[in-house]
Amino acid sequence: MCCLTDSSKITTDIDSLRSEIRDKSVRVIDVRRESDYKQDHISGAVNLPLATLLSDDSPERVLKLFNSMGIDDETSVVVYDDTFGALASRVAWTLEYIGHSDVSLLETTYGHWKSLGLENDSITPDIQNKTHSMNLQSDILATSEYLESAKSREDVILIDNRERLNFLEQHIPGAISLPYRTLSSSDKILRSKEDMKRLLDNRGITENSEIITYCGSVGTLSGLAYYALKSVGLTNAKLYVRSFKEWKNLQKPTEKQEDANYWDLSAE
Amino acid sequence: MTTSNLKQTAKSVKPKINWARSEEVDSFAKTVKLFRQGKYDAASFRRFRLQHGAYGTRMTGDYAMVRIKLPAGEIYPHQLEKISQLSEQFSIGSAHFSTRENIQLHWIVLEDVSEIFRGLAEVGLTSREACGNSVRNVMCSPLSGVCPDEEFDATPYALATAKFFLRNPMTQNLPRKFKFNFTCCEKHGMVRMVDVGLIPQIREIDGETQRGFKIFLGGGLGNRSFVGHQLEDFTPDEDLLYTSIAVLRIFDRLGDRKNMARNRMRYLVNDMGWDKFQNLVLKERAIVRATQSVVTRLNVNHTPYEIKRPFRISDESGIPSSDGYARWLKTNTLKQKQSDYRSIFITLEAGDITSNQLNALASLTRDFSSEGHARAGFVQNIALRYVHEDDLPRLYSKLLETGLAKSGALTMTAPIGCSGTTSCNLALTNSHRLAKEIQRKFLELKLDEDDDLKDSSIKISGCPNSCGQHGIATIGFFGGGGRVGKDMYANYQMSLGGRSDGDTLLGQTCLRIPAKRVIPVILKIIEIFKQNKQSDDSLKTWMHRVVNNSEDSEIKSINDIKKVLEPLVIPPTKEDDPDFYLDYGSDSSYHTKTGKGECAA
Repeated sequence: MCCLTDSSKITTDIDSLRSEIRDKSVRVIDVRRESDYKQDHISGAVNLPLATLLSDDSPERVLKLFNSMGIDDETSVVVYDDTFGALASRVAWTLEYIGHSDVSLLETTYGHWKSLGLENDSITPDIQNKTHSMNLQSDILATSEYLESAKSREDVILIDNRERLNFLEQHIPGAISLPYRTLSSSDKILRSKEDMKRLLDNRGITENSEIITYCGSVGTLSGLAYYALKSVGLTNAKLYVRSFKEWKNLQKPTEKQEDANYWDLSAE
Repeated sequence: MTTSNLKQTAKSVKPKINWARSEEVDSFAKTVKLFRQGKYDAASFRRFRLQHGAYGTRMTGDYAMVRIKLPAGEIYPHQLEKISQLSEQFSIGSAHFSTRENIQLHWIVLEDVSEIFRGLAEVGLTSREACGNSVRNVMCSPLSGVCPDEEFDATPYALATAKFFLRNPMTQNLPRKFKFNFTCCEKHGMVRMVDVGLIPQIREIDGETQRGFKIFLGGGLGNRSFVGHQLEDFTPDEDLLYTSIAVLRIFDRLGDRKNMARNRMRYLVNDMGWDKFQNLVLKERAIVRATQSVVTRLNVNHTPYEIKRPFRISDESGIPSSDGYARWLKTNTLKQKQSDYRSIFITLEAGDITSNQLNALASLTRDFSSEGHARAGFVQNIALRYVHEDDLPRLYSKLLETGLAKSGALTMTAPIGCSGTTSCNLALTNSHRLAKEIQRKFLELKLDEDDDLKDSSIKISGCPNSCGQHGIATIGFFGGGGRVGKDMYANYQMSLGGRSDGDTLLGQTCLRIPAKRVIPVILKIIEIFKQNKQSDDSLKTWMHRVVNNSEDSEIKSINDIKKVLEPLVIPPTKEDDPDFYLDYGSDSSYHTKTGKGECAA
């Protein structure tokens, strides 16, 4: 069970981040494409496009990446993106995985930050390398082998965070559908605690269970769900980071909603 | 950024009535939990769920469809935005406009239904009594208030009727569902194929004008359809509520509670005979009038809506870039009785709209409708009314940007398709997709521009139960299965000559048409019509003569049409044409499969 992060600090609110930036007491990571970052970003933020992380996300390699961003064990890190927090979540989870405890998500997206007229510029900060220790938190990671054995346990809940139509078409047997859109409110990447708690409670997702989240391919949408769970104190959660793409490639069993043409209801 | 500027200047208009009760949210969530824990039996839970507007879903008990009522079809911008958000969070990123002025959210996890209710309550909407044996959404013509042919606006009466019966103890356990339709005039119709249909009428007595209605009772579409009967020449507006209560009381007392398949009020009227039923209603009304212990009347709010053309900061040039504008103007807009204003209709493929489009629609309503709200229509569509003539080109450009500018909204190229096998337990065919296929093909052929076809209609149901209203279509279809040896294919029964206006008529059965032959068959019918029509004929008027055996061209009857079409419907072998054996939207061989019905519409 992972309790490294204080569950009350899953997200950082706008005002706190602004004052932390002023105090220079935070390392801000922008998880957007390099070209977007170069145009403008939250003042002082460093850039880590998700693709850069995913090109090799072995612990040794990501440790080097984070070192180069001036992050050591004591650094307070806030991550943001412009993709409703999903990409930021994947980066935050990776930091947690190598043993970093002080990481949180900006409560909103960059687009919203900018629309409020808050501090942004196009300056790439000079960063001094730091040295982070390696302390792998393997209990927040679910592998396919782990998932396969855990799935049949009564106290394990498997959550699919893809869109509903994708879920209906194909999913891991026994999973429940909790699309990533369900997790956010209109201007925050995560619902308020009270709303989130009620939603999960209605679904029978409670602290008595171990919860594993997955999504389409690289653990972004399900990364956001991982933090949604933690935001209401459901800390016994794991991310199946290779998600459905790997599951299918391994030709493991899947399930679908039979005998209904639900796709034809979609107006897309 | 003109749009955001406009948003700030165009104030949101607030609805007159809050339909929601927030305490129903938690009670629903609690009941779902009890049901899942086995502490609430399935039959009681089903009844409770339906009463709250959550309908079952095809082949599964884990999902529901939530049917949001729009009484009189009215919907306000902030409500559209909320539904957009809910469809994105809890449904499939799309919502569905029904034929009865409801918006449906499909494939909702049962445990999330209470969250939908919570969201709806925030904007004053409800799905209460949208399903189940209750008074369903009270409809009103999307043109009420603007129709050049109406005598007065029935909207306030429709709203008052909806408000009176919603959550009313009198209507919580009817033998079966019960439907009210108000309209504007005979032409825009829909009053003779519903339990209670009402057309506003004004009469003059001794120089004084009096408001009232022509009331039709006992009509309805379904497994067996009937045309409604007019109760009396004129029902004064003060008698509207007494009449409604009288009819409901008779139905409640005498409706057949045993035989679910035959207990809509139209069966009662049919079994009893109209004269006897009429007599009963008039007597019952006298009793209702005389025995109310407190004054009971409809709370009709006659405060007129403020008509205020949204203010613009900047005006872009109003010339649309595409030549589609003229086509759209012709086939999607109607002049209102108020000069300088038009009502514009947005056609959706079989009623489906994306969450992004719902948001866009909210902005367009604020920016272009001088009454500040939109109205759901009778045919899975939406009307924006009080759009100033000068604003039409700009509105068209905006509609184009959001994919809502499809032409032909008021023509035969906008077919109705019920939800069919996309979500309904009873469906035998994918009627929903078929409607979309027809619309795409017919717009490609520009049939919407053909004046001869303008007033005709195509309506498709996925089973005999008529949710797609096939019985009142010029060309109607209902789904079933056909068979060659052991191979099955989707097959539709076609009926011709139905209509829902002053000459309401149920379509006559013609021929079974395999799903994959429906489009060529309709095109063939159009061809025969063109060959035999008189100069001022529309397909509708010509077909009316054919079904009444009063046409004297080469085609004299339905039978003659049948003969021409028969060669088109012969099934090929599976080897020659494997696609014939697949229903639309499916890549596996066709078979019929149905679950338990919950009496959908």
